[in-house]
Amino acid sequence: MRQVLLRLAAALPTLCGVVVVTFLLTRVLPGDTATYFAGPTASAEAIEQIRRELGLDLPLPEQFWRYVVALTKGDLGMSLTTGQPVRAEIATRLPASAELTLCALVLAIAIAMPLGVLAAVRQGSLIDHACRVLTTAGVSLPVFFTGLLLVYVFYFVLGWMPAPLGRLDAFATAPPQVSGFYLIDTLLAGDTGTFRAAAAQIVLPATTLALFALAPIARITRASMLAVLGSEFIRTARASGLSGPTVVITYALRNALLPVVTVLGMVFSFLLGANVLVEKVFAWPGIGSYAVEALIASDFAPVQGFVLTMAVLYVLLNLGIDLLNRAIDPRARHGA
Amino acid sequence: MSDALSVQDLSVAFHTRAGVVHALDRVSFTVGAGETLALVGESGSGKSVTAYAIMGLLEAAGQVTSGRALLGETDLLAASPASLARIRGKRVAMIFQNPRTALNPIRPVGTQIADVMRRHGGATWFNARARAIEALRAVGIPDPARRTRAYPFELSGGMCQRVMIAIAMAARPDLLIADEPTTGLDVTTQAVVMDLIAEMAAQTGMATILITHDLALAAERARRIAVMHAGHVVEVAETATLLARPMHPYSARLIAATPTAAGTLEELQSVPGALPDLRGAAIPACRYAARCDRRQADCGETLHPHEAEPGHSIACHHPLGVAA
Repeated sequence: MRQVLLRLAAALPTLCGVVVVTFLLTRVLPGDTATYFAGPTASAEAIEQIRRELGLDLPLPEQFWRYVVALTKGDLGMSLTTGQPVRAEIATRLPASAELTLCALVLAIAIAMPLGVLAAVRQGSLIDHACRVLTTAGVSLPVFFTGLLLVYVFYFVLGWMPAPLGRLDAFATAPPQVSGFYLIDTLLAGDTGTFRAAAAQIVLPATTLALFALAPIARITRASMLAVLGSEFIRTARASGLSGPTVVITYALRNALLPVVTVLGMVFSFLLGANVLVEKVFAWPGIGSYAVEALIASDFAPVQGFVLTMAVLYVLLNLGIDLLNRAIDPRARHGA
Repeated sequence: MSDALSVQDLSVAFHTRAGVVHALDRVSFTVGAGETLALVGESGSGKSVTAYAIMGLLEAAGQVTSGRALLGETDLLAASPASLARIRGKRVAMIFQNPRTALNPIRPVGTQIADVMRRHGGATWFNARARAIEALRAVGIPDPARRTRAYPFELSGGMCQRVMIAIAMAARPDLLIADEPTTGLDVTTQAVVMDLIAEMAAQTGMATILITHDLALAAERARRIAVMHAGHVVEVAETATLLARPMHPYSARLIAATPTAAGTLEELQSVPGALPDLRGAAIPACRYAARCDRRQADCGETLHPHEAEPGHSIACHHPLGVAA
């Protein structure tokens, strides 16, 4: 527990740095917020007035001070494009992105890890080659392409999947928010009909993302398994007559998991921010698309809020990875 | 005395990019029940390959091309992988050098012992821990109940080798193959580990194959010694006979290269030359010939290991102590 608190405390300077840098970055970006919001026909006086109302005429240090003071109260500011508080929007959009990313990750792990293990155990076999083809295809096909392809085939041609119109179709109502994950909240509410609708909506975007996430996971699993299978303690396990599954799963895979877990963390954080294209294709109301729209509109507050949220997530994620590594590796527990 | 293990004409080839390496050529030796046989030779002489071939642990590139390894009635070289897995650890066990890396780094040592015991029917889920504690006590680990939960990195090298021995002894095997068991341990620990192996062998009537490059260690611990050179067994004899009257020139060189308590450093002689290239088909019949100072014209002719006197076999056309 003390370790966890120490780690969190150590992350504070990083977060402070993130606050300063995102603030400065959004100010030096091209585009003038006041001009954008005043509209193309506004007069110079009108633009000036908006600038004053937004506090954009103040010197930078004072703007920064106001931002930090608001931040300490948990206020991330208002989005000028939507007129909603940034905090509320992120609170509804982050679970959407997280649910999509998690589903994709679980799907990717479920396919990639057994594939990587089999490829390593039967090196040079058909499954090893299949693994190589899949991983190469996974990284080289852009997600918007695989997304559109899946939509075309499974919605337009085959009609197996619902229209790619967000988290729920028009006829279903969102469940009362508990976790923000529709798949969980619908089950908590006992609404299996809506659960099925939400599940049907998430299949294609999650598959799209999973195809992309497959490659690094399968590769690192294979490489890590190969390294472990060649090590001396595996030879000992074989010499002791332990059965094949015990050697591969209990002895090899557990040891091979350490690098896999680290890569999983990277893949997760990467997907969470980078799934903006998938969100666009499937009209998914996530934070990636939110941040990009705000950035295009020179809408500072959502961009800052997004970056800060991601930074906090990264810190928590790394902490989680470290704890997981400690759970797997006694040497890590011992060292710290 | 019946044989615990009889190896006959064992040949192993490795298929590498640089060609086929004939690592072992018609290796034969026997180990009697309860006996300790030492396999001695310099690095690369094929001692470990012999052990791995017997255990069925050769890497994918290595292939047994001929021979039998009879453990009782069972030919280990002809056994299916599944039946071999049931024999390994149960009837023939193996310990390795570098005990620390030879143990699973993230599994408590007690659990690793219990894994082997459960596999070979020596323990159930319920009594495995108690049996593991018992096994650790038997190999002289103090406070065994606490140590079952220790990880290899928390134990010294000597302690790890004791754990390895406990794992090897888990199913009371008929034969233990100890591959350089004391390499990497300090001298006092070496003696303790060797004593422990001898004690375990005496208790259970287990035969031991001691693989070592250290002739002095072999002389001290083994009843018989088989000298290996470049994939051949060049001489097999009882320890005292071999040390007193070596017949193969290589054995004699090896003895001259081994430090003794009485001798000085100046008296030590190195074995000249290096191991021959074992790739391809053009390997000389006597693989020592190029390094040998007794080489004669007929040394290139086919060589068969033969018994020069009862219990003393050699593979040499012009052995020492015999008129040429």
